Amino acid sequence: MATSNPSVFLLMINGQIEGADFPEYDELYCKYCFVYGHDWAPTSGLEEGISQISSRGRDTRHGLVWNFPVEITFKSTNPFGWPQIVVSVYGPDTFGNDVVRGYGAVHVPVTPGKHVKTIPMFVPESTSRLQKFTSWLMGRRPEFTDPKVIAQGEGREVTRVHSQGSVSFSFNIVTKDMKKLGYDVGHPRDV
Amino acid sequence: MASPSDLREKIRKKRRALQESLAKSKDDVDTQALVTTEMEMSRDRGRTEVEQELSGSQEQQVTTLKQTLKAQRMRRRRKLLSDTTAEATRGEQPMGTELSEVGEPLDSVTKPRSTWHTQRDLPPLPVETPLRRRVAEKLKAARSKAETLLQQEALSEPTSCLQSLRDRETLTRFDVECPPQTDPGLLSREAGDLSTAARVKFQDVAHRVRQKAEMETGLPTAEMAYNFFTFNFDPEPQEEPVKHQKKRKSRRRDRAEEEEEEEEEEGDSHREEEEAGAEQEEEQEEGRDEDAPLVGDQGSELFIIDQTAQDFLEVKAVDYVGYHSRVQRESEVLFTPSLRTVPASSKVPENMQPRYMEDEGLYVGERPPMSRVNQNILENRILQQDEGKKWFGDDGRVQALPDPIKQSPTRPPLFSLEGDLDPALQTVYRKALKSKHAGRYIPGAGPGEGHRHCQLDVDVAGLIFSHHPLFSREHVLGARLAQLYDQHLARQSRNLTGLLTDKLNGLRNALRNIKDLHGEQGRSMAMRQRIVEYKEEVKNTRILRNTEQEKDRTLLKSIVKVWKEMKALREFQRFTNTAYKLHLRRELVELQKDEQGFEAEIQTELAELKGEFEDEYQRKMEQYSQQHEEWRTWRRKQKARKKKKKAKMRDDGEEEEEEEEEEEQEEEFLGDEPPKPELPEKQDWALAEQQVRERASRWRRRPGEPVLVPEISLSGSITPTEQCPRGEIARREDISKRSLLVKVLYNDKEVSRTDRRTLSSDFRVHFGQIFNLKIVNWPESVRLQVFEVVGSSSSLLAEVFVPLPDTTVLTGSAPFQELEFGSSQRVAFDHEGVGSDVPFSFEVDGSNKLTLLTSGKLSCCISWAVDNNDVPLAPPTSQQPWGVRSGLRQMDAIACIGASGLSDMKKLSKWAAESRLDPNDPSNAMLMQLLTVASSGSMQMPDYFRLEQLQEEFNFVTDEELQRSKRFRLLTLRSQEVAEFRNYKNIPAVEREVSEKVFQDYERRLQEGEVIDTRDHLDAHRALVAKYLQKVQESVVNRFLISKHHFILSDLVQEDEVPSIGVLGLNLFKLAEPKRPLKPQRKERKKVTAQNLSDGDIKVLVNIIRAYDIPIRKPLSSKPAMASKSARSFKEPFAAGQSSQSALQGGDWPLSQSQIRPFVEVSFQRTVCQTTTADGPNPCWNEELELPFSAPNGDYSTSSLQSMKDEVFINIFDEMVFDITEDERERGSSVHTRIERHWLGSVKIPFSTVYLQSRIDGTFKVQSPAVLLGYSKERSLASEGGYDAVRCLSEGSFITLFITIQPQLIPGESVRERMKEIKFDTQEEERLLQAAEVFQRDAALCFPGRPCITTVIDINGRAVFVTRYIRALSPPQELLDAFPNSPQETMDLVARYVSLIPSLPDSVSFAGICDIWSTCDQFLTLLAGDEEEHAVLLCNYFLFMKKKAWLIIGTAVPEGPTAYVLTYEQGHYLIWDPSKGQYYGQYDTFCPLQTVGCLINADNVWFNLQPYDAPMRMSFDVTRSKLWKPFFSRAFPNPGLSSVQPEEIAYNRPDKAAAAELQDRIEKVLKEKIMEWRPRHPTRWNRYCTSTLRHFLPKLELSGGRDVGEEHRLELHNLLGDYRISGFPLHMAFSELHPLMEMVYSTGVHNVEAPSIEFALAVYVHPYPSSVLSVWVYLASLVRTR
Repeated sequence: MATSNPSVFLLMINGQIEGADFPEYDELYCKYCFVYGHDWAPTSGLEEGISQISSRGRDTRHGLVWNFPVEITFKSTNPFGWPQIVVSVYGPDTFGNDVVRGYGAVHVPVTPGKHVKTIPMFVPESTSRLQKFTSWLMGRRPEFTDPKVIAQGEGREVTRVHSQGSVSFSFNIVTKDMKKLGYDVGHPRDV
Repeated sequence: MASPSDLREKIRKKRRALQESLAKSKDDVDTQALVTTEMEMSRDRGRTEVEQELSGSQEQQVTTLKQTLKAQRMRRRRKLLSDTTAEATRGEQPMGTELSEVGEPLDSVTKPRSTWHTQRDLPPLPVETPLRRRVAEKLKAARSKAETLLQQEALSEPTSCLQSLRDRETLTRFDVECPPQTDPGLLSREAGDLSTAARVKFQDVAHRVRQKAEMETGLPTAEMAYNFFTFNFDPEPQEEPVKHQKKRKSRRRDRAEEEEEEEEEEGDSHREEEEAGAEQEEEQEEGRDEDAPLVGDQGSELFIIDQTAQDFLEVKAVDYVGYHSRVQRESEVLFTPSLRTVPASSKVPENMQPRYMEDEGLYVGERPPMSRVNQNILENRILQQDEGKKWFGDDGRVQALPDPIKQSPTRPPLFSLEGDLDPALQTVYRKALKSKHAGRYIPGAGPGEGHRHCQLDVDVAGLIFSHHPLFSREHVLGARLAQLYDQHLARQSRNLTGLLTDKLNGLRNALRNIKDLHGEQGRSMAMRQRIVEYKEEVKNTRILRNTEQEKDRTLLKSIVKVWKEMKALREFQRFTNTAYKLHLRRELVELQKDEQGFEAEIQTELAELKGEFEDEYQRKMEQYSQQHEEWRTWRRKQKARKKKKKAKMRDDGEEEEEEEEEEEQEEEFLGDEPPKPELPEKQDWALAEQQVRERASRWRRRPGEPVLVPEISLSGSITPTEQCPRGEIARREDISKRSLLVKVLYNDKEVSRTDRRTLSSDFRVHFGQIFNLKIVNWPESVRLQVFEVVGSSSSLLAEVFVPLPDTTVLTGSAPFQELEFGSSQRVAFDHEGVGSDVPFSFEVDGSNKLTLLTSGKLSCCISWAVDNNDVPLAPPTSQQPWGVRSGLRQMDAIACIGASGLSDMKKLSKWAAESRLDPNDPSNAMLMQLLTVASSGSMQMPDYFRLEQLQEEFNFVTDEELQRSKRFRLLTLRSQEVAEFRNYKNIPAVEREVSEKVFQDYERRLQEGEVIDTRDHLDAHRALVAKYLQKVQESVVNRFLISKHHFILSDLVQEDEVPSIGVLGLNLFKLAEPKRPLKPQRKERKKVTAQNLSDGDIKVLVNIIRAYDIPIRKPLSSKPAMASKSARSFKEPFAAGQSSQSALQGGDWPLSQSQIRPFVEVSFQRTVCQTTTADGPNPCWNEELELPFSAPNGDYSTSSLQSMKDEVFINIFDEMVFDITEDERERGSSVHTRIERHWLGSVKIPFSTVYLQSRIDGTFKVQSPAVLLGYSKERSLASEGGYDAVRCLSEGSFITLFITIQPQLIPGESVRERMKEIKFDTQEEERLLQAAEVFQRDAALCFPGRPCITTVIDINGRAVFVTRYIRALSPPQELLDAFPNSPQETMDLVARYVSLIPSLPDSVSFAGICDIWSTCDQFLTLLAGDEEEHAVLLCNYFLFMKKKAWLIIGTAVPEGPTAYVLTYEQGHYLIWDPSKGQYYGQYDTFCPLQTVGCLINADNVWFNLQPYDAPMRMSFDVTRSKLWKPFFSRAFPNPGLSSVQPEEIAYNRPDKAAAAELQDRIEKVLKEKIMEWRPRHPTRWNRYCTSTLRHFLPKLELSGGRDVGEEHRLELHNLLGDYRISGFPLHMAFSELHPLMEMVYSTGVHNVEAPSIEFALAVYVHPYPSSVLSVWVYLASLVRTR
């Protein structure tokens, strides 16, 4: 269906959460979700997902591999509110409680082609030492009320976080009709 | 039988013979090679075996090969043994010994190894490949032959399996292990086994061979064979290679034989070899020689050879070696070093003690660390070896060097390679160069800032050649002509002659005026001086004018001359190349006038000249007389020079200085003698006049001569190419081949180039291209390079530097510049083209040569671009760094006065001072400004300040465009979170898809500010109020939106509270608690954040459990007694509310149904669900209904959900079934009924309440109409059970419900909480606020479930202490006057009045943001408010009526947190529901108030400290401080807060006329609506009934809606006896039309579809003061019963 005057453009994201590098933690799983503006609507694919639990490799790199595919197509009329992927990583702590190990977000690349992104992760800090201790003891670490807050800049000044590992994400981006609508995103990157 | 030793000897002999022959034939092949070849042979065989395998033979052959090799090795070992013994006796034949010697190490290597484990380990020896290959080839050929033979045999003689198997069994490897022992036996046995079939067969073969040999040669002995070999090969050297092969083959055969002797299995291949060898040999004799002795001597061995011919084709059982035997065998071979420490004694030579060097004081390096175990293993291993001990040192340890690993890493020294390096490769240090242009960014245009760019437009218009190598002669002339003409035009446009003439005339006039005025005499010194000056000026101007005139004239003449030449040339060459055509336009003049003018001019000039002469003469005379005195003394000497002087003097034009100069010269000549002054002569006047005339005739147009105006046109025709001579054709072709292009270089970088344009025949090239250069760097230079392209090669013709434009030179206004260029290239042609830098001539004889260089003019224009907003894209002038020289503004100021290139400001100012520039001259103004700036020492900055200086650059589009574009507008509105667009999804991508409709609502709203739409509101006052309310709402929402973007940590991060010790202890205790699996635990439902939801995710669950006291049907015929209205008193308020009594009678009912069949219908967002039908007045449904929920705009945000105005309607209906079977006969067989439903009552629950409370659970009073026609309250006298007793206390029906939302949404509490965080500005004292905060916090800590209010927010958004709201206020006087004697009635009426003010929850109007308390006057003005406003107003009224009244802050169903009013009446506490106008006793079970948090009156706030908070179980005695905690106490007394309420409320008189009007309108609208809702049926209105009903309504209003039913039912019945009526009056406070319609719709009256249905609808609006309106709608449906 090739209309000469498209009213929407499409953005297909085809990638995977390849794995993570959390030097201290093991048996992690991750969730992802997309945050996008008002003018965006997913047309197919899963907007949210949760991966399997992955243990650390025995090799020297100690990498965690999820290879968790993410496939989604968005339709939009406006590049404002370009989708961001929010990844949050969870895993058991020393007492076996499921705690958050990291939050991270990255904009879906704009140019078509293959992109590999490494998303640095962070977790919110406890407000006090005592809190930190009790949260460690109870296995209830501070978490963001909604992981999607990390895709927005508003209100972040009230939080304190510390960084924690990284997640690598590979995207394959295909766009359609962007140019026809007058958005030039540059040349596709060579794979 | 030959003994093995015999055999061996024989073989050795044979080998020796072979070797000898070999040595003879090929000297260079040493023994080593021989051994090699031997090894080769075996390998070759292996290879051939493989080949055989490939060609189809069995893999057994591989094993054969292995065995062969094995056997070979075995044999060799044995041979060695025998050799060594033999050698002792036989010392001769060095070759043989050599061989054995060579063989020895080979064997010694193989010996210690286990033979079958390492059989493949042949030492890799050098090989002679060509030789080997040849042998291999031969061998292959032979083998194939042998094979065919064998196959034939095999065909003829079938194999015997049995035999082979048997043979095999006998063959164990142990046999092979000890051949010497077994050999004789084996041989003998084999000899004995001759009779077996296989052997016979083999024998046959062997025999055949043998017989063949015998037939030819008889039986040669070994001796003979030896002789034969030695003899045969020696004399024929030419056969050497062959022989060599043969020899080797024979050797191989030798070996084969040996193998055969020992291993029978190998027979197959050996035999093959044998046969191959035999057949391949050219000389059969040889083979025979070899075979014969073998057969002859050792016949038995042949059997061995023959034995296993077919065996390999057979299947053999797997060899099994017993475990023990294998272990044993392995133990022989394998060695496992022990882990134990080796005793020192075994390591050192015997009888020696280990010697420790260290102990002797010698330095021993540190040994590398090694684990003890590994060391032991190593030592054990070493010791196992033969000379193991030599590995050990004196100290009994393994010898080792010190640890070679250095502790610190080092690096090998790098040798300087410089000496060796090629000097060309030497690196030379060069200082880093700064790029000339890099980094010189235009401020604000750098890539970093990136938003502003400068754009330089380079317009390359075209170029014209003034000379080109391809010019023909005519072109040259044409160009000259054009040039001259251009000059002419330029002069004309300047009109210097005219100007000068005018000036001259002016000067003359002025002079004349002076003379006329003052006369010749009487003029002052100054005047004289002026005249002199004037005269001088006139003279100069005249001379100038004359020269100009002369130039004009010459130019004209030369134009004409060139034109003539050109014409001549054209004639001469007989073709035309150029289109030039010169016209001389003649402008005729009047001869007379012209002559006069001419003469007059001459005369004036002469007159002036005369005057000048005279002046000159006089002056000279003066001089002369002066000088004459001096001269006299030297007169004689001067005489010689007088003549010369005279000649000089004749020239009158000479000036005085010159004369003096000359005189000075003379003086020099003559020493100090003063020159003799010449007596100045009188000018020769006639001569002067003649000169003047002559000049005039030459330079000036002669009188009468027409004025010639030359005009050049390009209209001439050019001779077509065909008519031209060859040379010209060639030239033209050459032109057409050429094309030109111009490259644009910016800052020495090529930025763009023009297209190639061919050179036209007139040598003009038009490009007309504009290049827009977006520049980031400062412009340094712009160059244009002209390239001429011939074919594919291009050559630089010329380069033109284009001056950079001033920043004020902008595109559109910039003039084109013509830049001349030239090239000194020498170009010559052999055609008509004149070439460049080549002399040529126009003359036929070649004289008068001319040399021209290529030149031309490039027309271009450089300017700064202008963007769409007319903003020049030029770099900012003021910020230009000084280091940059460019044609920009500052420099231009200097350039314009001819001092370009000056950069030193000091020098410039110096120069300016020296040259005494006129500061007032406008042309110098810029320079002067520059100088003042420079002298003040700083650059002048603009004297204004721009706040957002780059804003324009940031602008995406212009503001106008932004305004115009619908799409941008939509985006803007959305980002501003304008209500209509707050969550607008998918704004179209293109402008045209945005429909105008989108803005309609918004624009209407904007316009509504002025225009009030009365259509919707029916009431002007209400419209105004609605407007005002909306404004308040907006301001609150805006305030909220601001605060919404203000986050606190808990909004973002979820974190557990630090548990207190108590909680921790409790938790620990819980751990110890025994597990009770059977005790179910309530689990919290999972809460869902609203953001992730979409339509269809949320459902509203309504659980209808049961209902009580539903009115029952009443038979039509019954005529109960008139009920008297019971007198009501507070003492027994609800004793006998209903007087009707029910009598069960089924006779009248159509289908003998029970008294009532109710069902419940729940409608929400126009979705309708209903329960099944139950029976009786106390039905029990216990059904769950599920209603889908969808949020407005799909926006599931908290604020949006909270502001939803949707309500859940729960309607109770009675289902009536009518038999409408027409035919009585069918009654038995068919049922034909019609179902009608009659509305009995409803419960409304706003969705916001459900949402905020997350569940609603309880028994609710059904809002049933005051009168239900056809129904009556059941007074079940029969059952006087306990439950009834309770129920009887209250009137009306009740329904038990449970409503919740699935999944549970997190209610918007957080929003309210957040609003608390926001500090509202306030006028309260800080101390009070703090106390309030403490009070509230304490309250929340003790009883978290009890609401406590101290400060509230008023309509202006300020925090106000709550007691300020309580103040006695008078209700409208009408109400007080209505029942002057009954305070109770009055209270009732007042409560009713308050309840008639429409209720509008704050959560709806203020999007759930905050609870705003308006004062009573505001409330009455707005006519809308929620429970607090109602309660406050009611409380205030009661206070005015001298009642004890308090405000109760608590929670109720279904409203949630709310406010009620408490009054104390005669020992009873009454709880008033202000929004319904009803009151309950303290002990009323159906009181909706569930918890009491605090009480408020004008003086204080009390918080409930009692253990229970249900009103039934608590005491309202606020004086008891144990039960009620006061806010103001002795410690903190009430500071005497003034009230925020007005002293008095002014009420409007009720407007009856407006009410009547409204009444009519409502009725009309409702009737229309009902008709609209019944699209499929006609709607008939019963006018009579309507009018009757209309009469009832005021009565109902008067009675306050209480039980007037019976009376008017009867009345109606009397009137409409034929009809079955069902109907009811609806009552509500009037706010808007829409809820009214909803209410009517929800009763479902319109759904009755009986064919004969008629309707009646009456509306009554009762006005109360201040536009409070009570609306009654009487609805009835009538069915004719007959």
